[in-house]
Amino acid sequence: MSDRTRPGAARDGDAGTVRTHCPYCALQCGTLLSRGDAAGGAEVRPDPEFPVNSGGLCQKGWTAPALLTTPDRIRTPMVRDSGGTLRPTDWDTALDTVAAGLTRIRAEHGPDAVGVFGGGGLTNEKAYLLGKFARLALGTSQIDYNGRFCMSSAAAAGNAAFGLDRGLPFPVTDLAAADVILLAGANPAETMPPLMRHLSAAQLIVIDPRRTPTAARAALHLQPRPGTDLALALGLMHILVVDGHTDRAYVERRTTGFEAAWKRAASWWPERVEKVTGVPVSDQREAVRMLAAAGRAYVLTGRGAEQHSKGTDTVAAFINIALALGLPGREGGGYGCLTGQGNGQGGREHGQKADQLPGYRMITDPVARAHVAGVWGVDPEVIPGPGRSAYELLSALGTDTGPRALLVFGANPVVSAPRADRVAECLSSLDLLVVADFVPSETARMADVVLPVTQWAEEEGTMTNLEGRILRRRRLLDPPPGARSDLAVLHDLAIRLGDRPERYPTEPRAVFEELGRASRGGPADYSGIGYDRLDAGETLHWPCPRTADGEPAHPGTPRLFLDGFAHADGRARFAEVEHRPPAEEAHAEHPLYATTGRVLAQYQSGAQTRRVPQLAAAAPEAHVEVHPDTAARAGLTEGGHARVSSARGTTLARVRLDPTLRADTVFLPFHFPGAGRANLLTNDALDPRSRMPEFKVCAVRIEPAELEFPESDAGSDDIEDGRFDGDGFDGDGFERDGFERDGFEGHGFADDDAADVVLASASGRGPGPAPLQDARP
Amino acid sequence: MTTHPTAPLLVIGNGPAAHQILDRLRHFGCEDPVTVLGAEDTPAYHRALLTSALDGSLPVEAMELPPPPGDTTIRTGVCAVRIDRLRRRVHTADGDVFPYARLILATGATPLLPDLPGLRTPDGSPAAGVAVLRTLADCARLTDPAVVAARTPVTILGAGSLGVEAAFALALKNRPVTLVHPRPWPMDHLLDAAAGALVRDRLTAAGVELVAGSPATAYTPATADAPGTLTLADGSAVPADTLLLCTGVLPETGLARTAGLAVRTGILVDDCMRTDDPLIHALGDCAEHRGSRGGSLASGWAQAEALARHLASGARGVAPARRVLRPRIAGPGLVVLGIPGAAPCDETITLNDPANGRYARLELTGEHITAAVLLGFDRAIATTTELYVHDAPVPRDRLSLLLGRAPRLAKAGSAEVTAETVICLCNNVTHHDLTQAWHAGAHGLAELADATRATTGCGGCARQVESICTALASTSAAASGS
Repeated sequence: MSDRTRPGAARDGDAGTVRTHCPYCALQCGTLLSRGDAAGGAEVRPDPEFPVNSGGLCQKGWTAPALLTTPDRIRTPMVRDSGGTLRPTDWDTALDTVAAGLTRIRAEHGPDAVGVFGGGGLTNEKAYLLGKFARLALGTSQIDYNGRFCMSSAAAAGNAAFGLDRGLPFPVTDLAAADVILLAGANPAETMPPLMRHLSAAQLIVIDPRRTPTAARAALHLQPRPGTDLALALGLMHILVVDGHTDRAYVERRTTGFEAAWKRAASWWPERVEKVTGVPVSDQREAVRMLAAAGRAYVLTGRGAEQHSKGTDTVAAFINIALALGLPGREGGGYGCLTGQGNGQGGREHGQKADQLPGYRMITDPVARAHVAGVWGVDPEVIPGPGRSAYELLSALGTDTGPRALLVFGANPVVSAPRADRVAECLSSLDLLVVADFVPSETARMADVVLPVTQWAEEEGTMTNLEGRILRRRRLLDPPPGARSDLAVLHDLAIRLGDRPERYPTEPRAVFEELGRASRGGPADYSGIGYDRLDAGETLHWPCPRTADGEPAHPGTPRLFLDGFAHADGRARFAEVEHRPPAEEAHAEHPLYATTGRVLAQYQSGAQTRRVPQLAAAAPEAHVEVHPDTAARAGLTEGGHARVSSARGTTLARVRLDPTLRADTVFLPFHFPGAGRANLLTNDALDPRSRMPEFKVCAVRIEPAELEFPESDAGSDDIEDGRFDGDGFDGDGFERDGFERDGFEGHGFADDDAADVVLASASGRGPGPAPLQDARP
Repeated sequence: MTTHPTAPLLVIGNGPAAHQILDRLRHFGCEDPVTVLGAEDTPAYHRALLTSALDGSLPVEAMELPPPPGDTTIRTGVCAVRIDRLRRRVHTADGDVFPYARLILATGATPLLPDLPGLRTPDGSPAAGVAVLRTLADCARLTDPAVVAARTPVTILGAGSLGVEAAFALALKNRPVTLVHPRPWPMDHLLDAAAGALVRDRLTAAGVELVAGSPATAYTPATADAPGTLTLADGSAVPADTLLLCTGVLPETGLARTAGLAVRTGILVDDCMRTDDPLIHALGDCAEHRGSRGGSLASGWAQAEALARHLASGARGVAPARRVLRPRIAGPGLVVLGIPGAAPCDETITLNDPANGRYARLELTGEHITAAVLLGFDRAIATTTELYVHDAPVPRDRLSLLLGRAPRLAKAGSAEVTAETVICLCNNVTHHDLTQAWHAGAHGLAELADATRATTGCGGCARQVESICTALASTSAAASGS
């Protein structure tokens, strides 16, 4: 079937154009993707008909086609040889190597000695099949994914409050009619810019320790001390109750647990909250006044509220506010979470999470196990129980009780996981690390086997965006000859592991149909959705159950909870939550707080965006934002170099002065590799329920670093290039460029020799050689 | 008379400090059963919220503290009358006996009745018409619906922070309030004349009649024939059918004293909140630690934290709570940090703006705040309090601290636009990029968007791009017209 006859082809009849979505964030902006002039390339335009971005696209989206022609695309499988060098090989050899390794490890140490780490960027089909593969072909309980680092706290709080977790339980476009929107720890002006098109009419209340571009647009910016959002939320609840803004009828009719929640909030009178958070009493009152006066009000949380060791309780406290105001489950109001990753929503629904089965079912629920086992054609007993959460899984790797092999799909935990040095150590202590990716991410470089897979414009599938709408990702281009789809990889591996081939379809459509059956009756029910309906242009939000033959198809559920919440009694739950300090407070040795996050021109671990020249130019290297007073005290200057240290590690970054920042707080983006990894600092304290690490606050000290920065056109890969005299890429692989297992550590990043210590930078800019370029077969 | 089973931990007192120790004990992993004896009939409540009940913003039941976690038995309305240290028993007014393994005294404080003729009846209890504000019951008497509806006047003696707060709260309920204070201005122990004058103005604006500068000399309770009267040293008489005493509190040390424990003003405790009997601890308003009695909720909580740590893990030491007084007054806020003027400092910054009702005084040693008073600077109150509580250095620009604004550097939020200024953040488009595109023929918003992608992200820069467009057009027209 050619692209031009594909149902998703652009309606203007443009030959060779498909209607698809941006490869990055959870907004999943609609795009029209056409074949470009460059060999293998493509051109992108925003899709004016897709309501989420309504014709908008940020720089990441506009430049996404550059990913398709990135010079260091992995084009062949690679296996590390006995000398420690990754060498190109053929698929059979690579898969046989993986299968032999997994079989041996499983035989020696049991099925849980093999772990799987998935990603929130995987399509629904991949996420589903990965979960099934782990449970059946590998028989392991040890599967989790990087979504644990994303919105898991909001998911836990949402499930507890509403009985169901869908990031936004209403279409994004509803926000355009809002009067007031409270954004707690969200910075969409940088992390999902086109969303701001829906936020332009509303008055924004932004809670963020930083004056972000979103905060700069707010009618009211509350700038709490890092780690105190929960106290602030309790304080807002206190004021709204005392000032008589509780929607008593709603609370009475649609909720339970108000009294217990209030008893906690009662202790948080505004003056106490001010002392703990630094947010003026007058601003707290103003926020409540604005929310209470609004006809249409929304409370939205982002990573800033969620990525804490008390993230679940923090989100719950914001949900309490929404419930007290009577917002959720009504048209024109509500609570929502701004999911981060491209398929952060779908990725958490289909069984790549340690405790879940497809359809957002709990793996411990006997009914759920029986249903899924029925679809899979196995005895329910065969399905393992819950496994370790993401960080617990990563930090157990190579230990006596942890997995000895790990398969990574669509994730780069060496950069994105907390306490990154420890994670890298754990990964390097594995007997077998297998990474499926399309670019040589920092994690792929550590692998024993690298499996090159397809990327967005080369594959079919579905994504579920932040509003729970199922979207079609469509194929424009053929993948490079050496790359296979993740589905094919799982299929091929399963056969080698002795499982039945028919259990692992390689056609996305077939996988989606099975996913639908597996999800049927579950909270995230996709069973009424098919590619045909999506390709016909239907707007479908889950749940969308299959209807009986002859009945009209289910129209999907754009707005949840209008008739009742998903608990058995139909009521939402207030949560009884109490503030507590962050796991690590500033103290004499580490007197400042570091908070981490994203910048506009990079995405997540940067494995993709650092390879896009325009994005690398816009955000080329690790930086740290510092208040001028703090900088002056520490002897730092704008553009100079800083060493930022926590109890766990040290990172290097270029100083940017920001007078709007709190003087006790520094900010570091986490997109950069090597010595510039912000996650070398972050705290691995976990939320007791969501198992979310405390990315957003840890205690640090900052001091000048005596370093020579690379010239602006240098990058980390160029460092390797320089180190290996530029002659390391002569056609047959990586033996010269230091991709040895220990090469990760040995690239000078951890070296004290100043000549070798260079800040991590974005790569792929300029005409300089890209290290994997010549690895093409 | 009942003798109860031995409590591993027996707590006398059911106020905020007692409640906090229960919570923190569980937090630190102590699972021992605890018995609490509370003299009041009500469950534990937030004393800090009493004035919210007084002004009617909170119903009394909304002030209850959450039930304590773990194996805890709370006995309310039980008044401990004697500690038998030898047998490790506590006797109650009802004749019950509570044996203990370890005892915690959290007996709090009681309002201090000044030595003023007429305040007491012959048996020592307060005279008719004399009220205090320490418990929910006290609050209930003052807010009795009949009394509120009749707008019965209240005369408050003592314009310390409680007296001031109570005056504002009662005035908010439209009660006629007279506030009598022996010194020339309210809160004179913490505020200088300038700040005191502003608080006085604020009281007046709220409808409170302030009678300041003359001590009271006698009280005559109301009779059937004559109204109650408070007589002052200057000879004047203030009508006072209801006289609310806000004249300070005294640690409740009676039990400890009779039991022979060391008591000065409060029950003497060491860094483990231990009295001179190693099995008996004391904390909160009743305790005196290193010569100071806390008297604040924060110090009570800090002591609870220290004691819980000690009981759970043997740790010693109390993190001193920094003194933050934040009375609730009508209008922009007031905070007193530390005790202004009490200790020498390197630097004093004072800003007096009476026309706008604002006053600030910062006492600094090095870069650190040792004491401060801020009135009317809402934003600075928050920032300064945080800096003081965490002993963090103050900004270089002291004025920006007081004004609550970050000093603007050229790059952040500046109106000045240069060629390098990024106009469209979403697509990283500079003013220079737009100018170039315009000169290359992109003369409209749509054309500029096509050429540069500006405005295609969040769309927020559309107006600015349009005005750049207009400016370029007029510059160009002017150039061609000349």
